[in-house]
Amino acid sequence: MRTTRFFALAAAGVLATAGVTACSDSTKDEAGAAGGPIVVKATDTACEVGTTDLGAGTANFKITNSGAKVTEFYVYASGDRVMGEVENIAPGLSRELHVELPAGTYETACKPGMSGKGIRGALKVSGSAQPLTADAALAGATDNYQRYVKSQTDALLEKTEEFVGAVKAGDVAKAKTLYPVARTYWERIEPVAEIFGDLDPKIDGREEVIEEGMEFTGFHRIEKDLWQSGDVSKDGPIADRLLVDVKEIVAKANAEKLSPLQLANGAKELLDEVASGKITGEEDRYSHTDLWDFAANLEGSKAALSALRPALEQRSPELVKQLVTEFANVEAQLGKHRDGDGWKLHTALSKAELKELSDGINALAEPISKVAAVVAK
Amino acid sequence: MSASRLTRRRAITLAGAGVAGVAGVAAGAGALVGDSRGPAAASDHPAGAVPFFGEHQAGIVTPAQDRLHFVAFDVITKDRARLVEMLEEWSAAAARMTAGRDAGVLGAVGGMPEAPPDDTGEALGLPPSQLTLTVGFGPTLFRDADGRDRFGIADRRPAALAELPKFPGDALQAPISGGDLCVQACANDPQVAVHAIRNLARIGMGVVSVRWSQLGFGRTSSTSRDQATARNLFGFKDGTANLKAEETDRLRDQLWVQPGDGPDWMTGGSYLVTRKIRMLVETWDRTSLAEQEEIVGRTKGSGAPLGRSKEFDEPDFAARGDDGKPLIPEHAHVALAHPSRNNGAHLLRRGYNFVDGSDGLGRLDAGLFFIAYQRDPRRQFVPIQTQLARHDVMNEYLRHVSSGLFACPPGVRDGGDHWGRALFG
Repeated sequence: MRTTRFFALAAAGVLATAGVTACSDSTKDEAGAAGGPIVVKATDTACEVGTTDLGAGTANFKITNSGAKVTEFYVYASGDRVMGEVENIAPGLSRELHVELPAGTYETACKPGMSGKGIRGALKVSGSAQPLTADAALAGATDNYQRYVKSQTDALLEKTEEFVGAVKAGDVAKAKTLYPVARTYWERIEPVAEIFGDLDPKIDGREEVIEEGMEFTGFHRIEKDLWQSGDVSKDGPIADRLLVDVKEIVAKANAEKLSPLQLANGAKELLDEVASGKITGEEDRYSHTDLWDFAANLEGSKAALSALRPALEQRSPELVKQLVTEFANVEAQLGKHRDGDGWKLHTALSKAELKELSDGINALAEPISKVAAVVAK
Repeated sequence: MSASRLTRRRAITLAGAGVAGVAGVAAGAGALVGDSRGPAAASDHPAGAVPFFGEHQAGIVTPAQDRLHFVAFDVITKDRARLVEMLEEWSAAAARMTAGRDAGVLGAVGGMPEAPPDDTGEALGLPPSQLTLTVGFGPTLFRDADGRDRFGIADRRPAALAELPKFPGDALQAPISGGDLCVQACANDPQVAVHAIRNLARIGMGVVSVRWSQLGFGRTSSTSRDQATARNLFGFKDGTANLKAEETDRLRDQLWVQPGDGPDWMTGGSYLVTRKIRMLVETWDRTSLAEQEEIVGRTKGSGAPLGRSKEFDEPDFAARGDDGKPLIPEHAHVALAHPSRNNGAHLLRRGYNFVDGSDGLGRLDAGLFFIAYQRDPRRQFVPIQTQLARHDVMNEYLRHVSSGLFACPPGVRDGGDHWGRALFG
């Protein structure tokens, strides 16, 4: 019987005492271990971190980008193991990062222009926090990912509103620019969205999957009109409908708490999405913006795994090492196809370049397919 | 109930070990897990098992099985240790699969419900079907196109592994040619051959990437005197004069790499040449029987050389007809390929017919996937193919579209040995 076995295994898991410390109460970590957000002043040439000496527990960084380039902020453990990261901090904006840090030495990094090794600084964490059992690490994973879903759905709603606005205003050029941007937030959390069966096809269904009697709506319907005929004058109702559907899924997604197993499987499914639909250019067949979706799927997969990382570190450090290596590999491969702030079109890549990406995704998806079993152990 | 719980618990323990990447576990733990595909029958039975361990790799002189799945890989890692680890894992999986077992220790249905099975499952319940798996190393494994020593083995590249010359008329397609590694899977059941390749490809993800692969059916050679000669898609018996497993002396001279031939790691191995030869069967089928037989140099029915009566009669190239012309035309296939015209060079062929559907013009996309093993391609395949490419009248109906050259190391000795150990050791 499944349940019995599950409990027996969970009990066994406790014996493997955790070395990782963290705060499992997600409502409390606003305060952070050091008693308030650590201010990070990021510019194009500097990365000033408010303090370089912390107590163990959950640290809360507040990063303000006063530079001219989009930046990112990372906390690395030795060997550039990512403990926490915030991406896409636009000039003038502030973003927060909550990261669980046991005692040890770390590095902080700002990455103006979102590339390279970044501007590094040392970070020391000392003392100890309440040690967690394996199960609490998993509970923490769920909370952690829930925050991610919240941040992504906020942005999804905002960017979809802008996109819908442009479509209804007949501004084809602006709508084309916004299309891959709005989808980025969608593609990062797609496994969550897929839980709600009928909404996913309404928002993201492609023409061939629409069943008899069902209307072809959503992003790809508008994509077709934008790129094929360039005429969106009749798409007002479709755009309104998209917004209604997105609002509904945002509300549902935030009410849903994913189990650690769903998280693990979601991380794998995102890569399967890449392997089956993006590599082939099937997904965005009119706009050819598949690489935007590719990058977003990859980021979403990484976010789900980051949430599980404390639990994985305890249970299978070898697997974590492999995942870090393979993520870095695919990111480097994908990085070659950047185009300004976005990505090259699928049609601009040679067959050999697509095969390289496909190999990279396969190499990453293999170890990721083992995560669920490690979580269930 | 208690039995299944025990199995499950053991499966989970093993899964934990597997995550740590301990390849050696696979070989040792195999005994713990029940054989899910039934006991292996005697090796001479078409459904039985061919021994995996031995002095030479199986799949070379092994009586040619009926089906082929051949695959060429590119190595995509730069990490020598990962490549060697994969070869260890491949060897363990190959030992299991050729014995009729699952690719992994846990099997297609023995693992955790939350984990993908370590065997893909399509061979569950099928016997070993004389599966053999044979590995080869391509020239590009030693040095890449820019001449870089990829894994610190460039100085171990045998001189005999020299790139083949461009033969007249070659229409080679790079995406289906070459490769750093190859695996030849032969079996009497196509499902068993495909299962083996699929599982090796999966084990290799991140280390190797499939470059091209080829399915074949209907062996076109016999490698044993016990086997009847099979026919190729031109309808002719193929491989009548092939090297046979029983000709031990000739195998030593013509097939197996001998001490002193080159680097020691190849002693007991053999060199493999593959050629995908598209046959233009529709135009061939419009050719008169007499012309077909003149092109081949043998009769279509019995396979006897022209002018003789039985298949295994020696061709008589001096024999002339009433008109004074040679009974076997000078440029007949059998004449050009004969050892007497090629400094005594023989090949051990074990090719397969292929049909990759149709080509969009309504023509069968069909032909021969030629496979030949030999001691040194420079003295065997190259001169023979040079003759054929220049003079063979059959070329009108053939297109060579893919080419491969691989050094197949000697056999894996036992569970502690693995493919490539002597090369990388």
